[in-house]
Amino acid sequence: MPRQILLGDEAVALGAVHAGLSAAYSYPGTPASEVLEYLVRQAGETKAFTAVWSVNEKTAYEEALGASFAGKRSLVSFKHVGLNVAADPFMNSAITGANGGFLVVSADDPGMHSSQNEQDSRYYVQFAQIPGYEPSDHQEAYDMAREAFDVSERFGLPVLMRLVTRLSHSRSAVETRDARAPNELKKGAGQDWILLPVNARRRFGRLLDLQAEMTRFSEESRFNLLQLNDKDRSFGVIASGIAYNYFREAVAADSAPPSFLKVSTYPLPERLIRELVGHVGTILVLEDGYPFIERQLKGLFGIAGKTVLGKMSGPLPASGELTPDIVRRALGREPLASLPASGLPLAGRPPQLCAGCPHADSFKALNKALEGVTGSNVFSDIGCYTLGALPPYNAIHSCVCMGASISMARGASDVGLYPAVSVIGDSTFAHSGLTPLLSAAKANTDMTVIILDNATTAMTGGQPTYGSGPGLLRLVEGLGVAKEHIRTIEPLPKHHDKNVQIIKDEIAHRGLSVVVAVRECVQEQRKKRS
Amino acid sequence: MKQDIILAGVGGQGILSIAYVIDHAALADGLFFKQAEVHGMAQRGGAVQSHMRLSDGTIWSDLIPKGGADMVLSVEPLEALRYLDYLRPDGIVVTSSTPFRNIPDYPEVDKVLEAIRKAPRSVIVDSENLAKEAGTVKAQNIVLLGAASSFLILKEASLVGTIEALFRGRGTPVLEANLKAFALGQKAALGS
Repeated sequence: MPRQILLGDEAVALGAVHAGLSAAYSYPGTPASEVLEYLVRQAGETKAFTAVWSVNEKTAYEEALGASFAGKRSLVSFKHVGLNVAADPFMNSAITGANGGFLVVSADDPGMHSSQNEQDSRYYVQFAQIPGYEPSDHQEAYDMAREAFDVSERFGLPVLMRLVTRLSHSRSAVETRDARAPNELKKGAGQDWILLPVNARRRFGRLLDLQAEMTRFSEESRFNLLQLNDKDRSFGVIASGIAYNYFREAVAADSAPPSFLKVSTYPLPERLIRELVGHVGTILVLEDGYPFIERQLKGLFGIAGKTVLGKMSGPLPASGELTPDIVRRALGREPLASLPASGLPLAGRPPQLCAGCPHADSFKALNKALEGVTGSNVFSDIGCYTLGALPPYNAIHSCVCMGASISMARGASDVGLYPAVSVIGDSTFAHSGLTPLLSAAKANTDMTVIILDNATTAMTGGQPTYGSGPGLLRLVEGLGVAKEHIRTIEPLPKHHDKNVQIIKDEIAHRGLSVVVAVRECVQEQRKKRS
Repeated sequence: MKQDIILAGVGGQGILSIAYVIDHAALADGLFFKQAEVHGMAQRGGAVQSHMRLSDGTIWSDLIPKGGADMVLSVEPLEALRYLDYLRPDGIVVTSSTPFRNIPDYPEVDKVLEAIRKAPRSVIVDSENLAKEAGTVKAQNIVLLGAASSFLILKEASLVGTIEALFRGRGTPVLEANLKAFALGQKAALGS
């Protein structure tokens, strides 16, 4: 087969397609969006499977699980924090088990390039006690995705693949193989999927019984690699995922590199780890993300006679993304000779709202309406409009997780904060804003919710949205917000004064009001024109 | 044979199109490559960079270590400066002289260009005017690719072939403007 140029995300997606994928679901989030972007394009061309942008990650997870229960191979993908949203079905699906092969793709963001935290999805693999993969390059991403469906069916469990930003958003060539046919539909079900305590206890027992076999699967995986240096028993390296590349880069010129174990599967391949640790005195653990392997290796008491190094005990920083330079230093190698930095003070160039962005006009109007009001009171949410936190707007005061703006404004209002204002985008509102607004409407909470309806999921590249246009207004009304306090504005400079007055009026109303700012994203407009 | 390039610019300037052309040319030339890029939040008018690695042997890291880059190729002069310490001591800077001023504290452009000229090897081209001459100011990224082309380990025919494949679908005027942009960039670099 020819070599194809693929992003890491796309390599996973194509591996899934070639494994006989029947259905894929996701909610957009950097760095995972390109998994489903690719599948949507492919599905559009081949009609061979379903690929859907779901309303949120929990929904996506359940949709994929349903397809698996029906015997088909399915995939769900999201960014690491998306797995928090889907954690309820995720944890329980380890108990029910999967029927058709079920691959969960969770893309972590060490260094927080586009995220609120750098949580490490490997803890979820351990938490749910299911098999996991961590590819180090594009070929592995493709090969592991293919294999993961077989492993999922072998154990009758979901399998999680952990990606990191650097692999998700790196391109390289991948050799592909012939596609496998999709599974037949399997109808009917036993008691396994009904998690009444009587069944859940039995199923949890089965999951625990499988653990030893899962460790053997990991020990025997062709993706793990143990290489011992017989001449040097002082020092060895355990490297997982993309950190393995930085290690090999640093020792590429060595005639005999230090002993190393490449870890690519979970649960940890215990036998291989014992062999490496038995062979050397000092072990350096290289992993992008949290010190997941290092912590398990050391336990509470450490290993007698051995030194374990990594993020917990130097020489690697405990936070941020690994780089080839950091790993080189940790291995005690001199940095490469380089040109000096320019010495000029280089002005930073942070991201910002695009020229002509409707959010800019919404924030100008909101700022004007709140002029003279002091205190932290604009709860915001996740999307392009989070950039409203930066100058020149400085318009928002919180960004926690999807949908939190509405629930947090309600909580603040309940304890006496006035005005309590929430700012949320249309896609985020559909994702997690409906339930808190339902709750606030029931209580007629004294707060003002501003929904920025730009008719797309903009930050992640313009995926479809579920709560936009007239449908959004009907949704808001249906949730119980009084019709006279559902106001629409068009965020344009020419309407500034009028928009300021509407926002002021609704803030002055001592009950729940919703102001919907309707204007399409300029990036999406541009795409349609070209 | 290997070549490591830092591609730099501002979100929206077409860095990823340069990377696309280099990726496909590398594939056509039978080279290995890895190319790490930036998506998401930073793409909204922020500083973006892509690590582009080409080799006839195994490439391990997706990222280039500091001191490992053979070239900084930038569509914007301030962004070129940001990555000087990635260059090996005799590395080359190929950059546009056209500033992209979307920040209040943009330094004096003469000082920026002066700092770039302190690098042992530098090629500075007026991408804005060359792109206009080619027919569209949007083709500044391809002007820069043309300027870098003589220093790349890729075959010129592979680069030009990929540009044709990339722009063919957007109509003859766009295709021709980009081919001309490439040629003008190449000529400007050789004359500088």
